[in-house]
Amino acid sequence: MNEPVIEAVNVAKVLGSGAAKVAALRGVSLAVNGGELTLLMGPSGSGKTTLLSILGCMLTPTEGTVRVCGHPPDGAGPEDMALLRREHVGFVFQSFHLFPTLTAVDNVRLALDVRGEPSRSARVTSREALAKVGLSHKISAFPRELSGGEQQRVAIARAIVGNPSIILADEPTAALDGENGQAIMKILAGISKEQGRGVLIVTHDPRLLPFADRIVHIEDGRLVGEEHGAARPQ
Amino acid sequence: MPLVFTLAFRNLFHDRLRFVATVIGIVFSIVLVTVQMGLYLGFGRTVTTMIDHASADLWIVPRGTKCFEDPSLLDARERYRALSIDGVAEAIPVVIGFADWRMPSGATTPVFVIGTDLRSGGLQPWDLVEGRIEALSTPRAVAVDRSYLGRLGISGMGATAEIRQQLVRVAAITNGIRSFTTTPFIFMDVDRARSHTGIPSGKTTYFLVRLSPGADLARVRGHLVSNIPDAEVLTSAEFRERSRTFWLFSTGAGAALFAGALLGVIVGTVIVAQTLYSSTKEHLNEFATLRAIGSSRGYIYKVIVWQALLSAVIGFSIAALIGAAIVRLTAETALPILITPGLIAGLFLLTVVMCVASAIAAIVQVTRIDPATAFTR
Repeated sequence: MNEPVIEAVNVAKVLGSGAAKVAALRGVSLAVNGGELTLLMGPSGSGKTTLLSILGCMLTPTEGTVRVCGHPPDGAGPEDMALLRREHVGFVFQSFHLFPTLTAVDNVRLALDVRGEPSRSARVTSREALAKVGLSHKISAFPRELSGGEQQRVAIARAIVGNPSIILADEPTAALDGENGQAIMKILAGISKEQGRGVLIVTHDPRLLPFADRIVHIEDGRLVGEEHGAARPQ
Repeated sequence: MPLVFTLAFRNLFHDRLRFVATVIGIVFSIVLVTVQMGLYLGFGRTVTTMIDHASADLWIVPRGTKCFEDPSLLDARERYRALSIDGVAEAIPVVIGFADWRMPSGATTPVFVIGTDLRSGGLQPWDLVEGRIEALSTPRAVAVDRSYLGRLGISGMGATAEIRQQLVRVAAITNGIRSFTTTPFIFMDVDRARSHTGIPSGKTTYFLVRLSPGADLARVRGHLVSNIPDAEVLTSAEFRERSRTFWLFSTGAGAALFAGALLGVIVGTVIVAQTLYSSTKEHLNEFATLRAIGSSRGYIYKVIVWQALLSAVIGFSIAALIGAAIVRLTAETALPILITPGLIAGLFLLTVVMCVASAIAAIVQVTRIDPATAFTR
């Protein structure tokens, strides 16, 4: 049985202040294990992205605790949170967020450069990461020269290149057509199964269900249900 | 190449129009500062050119003399008091004064007469291109600079004119002895200089003192001070500094030049700050992504500072080329712009400091980046 790589216990988050105050999360507890691909599904405004931001050490909860690979970021400052992110978490964003002025390999290398990894070894590792997502032939291409699916694969390579324990992905297929979406999910599922990393994906897309080990439903800032996915080993 | 440098470089060149605006701002600023400071240095050197070219160990000057062009007078007999002091080898009189030069056409123009004892060679014209120093000992002979021939209404060697209703004849021509006041210098024998400027024969403006070999300058100076109470005794360096201070600061010329330089720095800083700020704002989403993937603030600051430094180096390089062209263009003018290695180093440092200081606004903006915005865009 894999240990949780990321864990939230009774997490609440209040956003805004005064009359605009909104309870975005109310007592959410969720653990994601290594080697497991979990889908977090819910309607718009249900708190999915807020939960993802808290699990990814970008936001601090108003109440409750979070552990990332056993480290509680409670009370940590912005730089400590950044350190936790770069050491343990890989991110995949809906709009890819690649740097338009950098080549594919340099976009991937950024994740290692921010860790202070030497240029030469970082370049080799980045090429290997691109090869893992099937883009070894596009290392020198700029984002504008890549299709949406290819850009998202570069983003995945950037997320995995630093060997994080968990990948947090926000609607990774939303900007892609069905075929590319499936290809991206195969890669993410492979990362989960073959590399033993935890993968948590926020999505609306029911076409992703076959790839899930677990599906967690969230509504109005509460987890309202959980089910085993089709990919879960019986 | 470090990726942080690549990122800074690409950010900078991504929007070429903005980059050009940044570089123009830096170039404008640094050229302005270069011209102002180059004028300051050039002016500082030009106002002491006579002192620089006089071969004197000490200057005996009228008490309260502010600069070389100060027309106060000494009693010529002080020369003998000076010569009576042990260690003084020579005390050469120098007479200066303004006079009117009447051209062959009848028109007049003011000139600045410098008279010296030509046998002793106290303050002789230098860089002669025509004629000889010895020729100045002949009656009516004067030396003029060739850049002033037109101004003096004469054609060259052998030309005649009048100073104070007395005939003078050009017997030597120099190259590059120009006055910052634009009034032409006329060199001649000291006695005729008195006559042409109306200075009584018993008066002189300065004595250039040369010491005997092995004489102690401080001791001789002390004796000169105590023996000639109505005069001051200055070293060349002191007289130079006094002249420079008077012209640069007492007249306000230096303050005006510094004010122009300060204006250049302010304009440059504002332009670079504005362009760096807007560049950072445009790349804010990228910086938020960097923060989201775990970069420290320091890493992002490095990107911004590299952008500032790159702008500084490129802007300075162009400004330096323009500055060199301006130096060349002004080399033959009355007020040449002077650029020294020290000024170049100072200007480069100023450019770097200006550009890095300009990055502060951008850095403050980046400090407030919320990495979670990477999920909401």
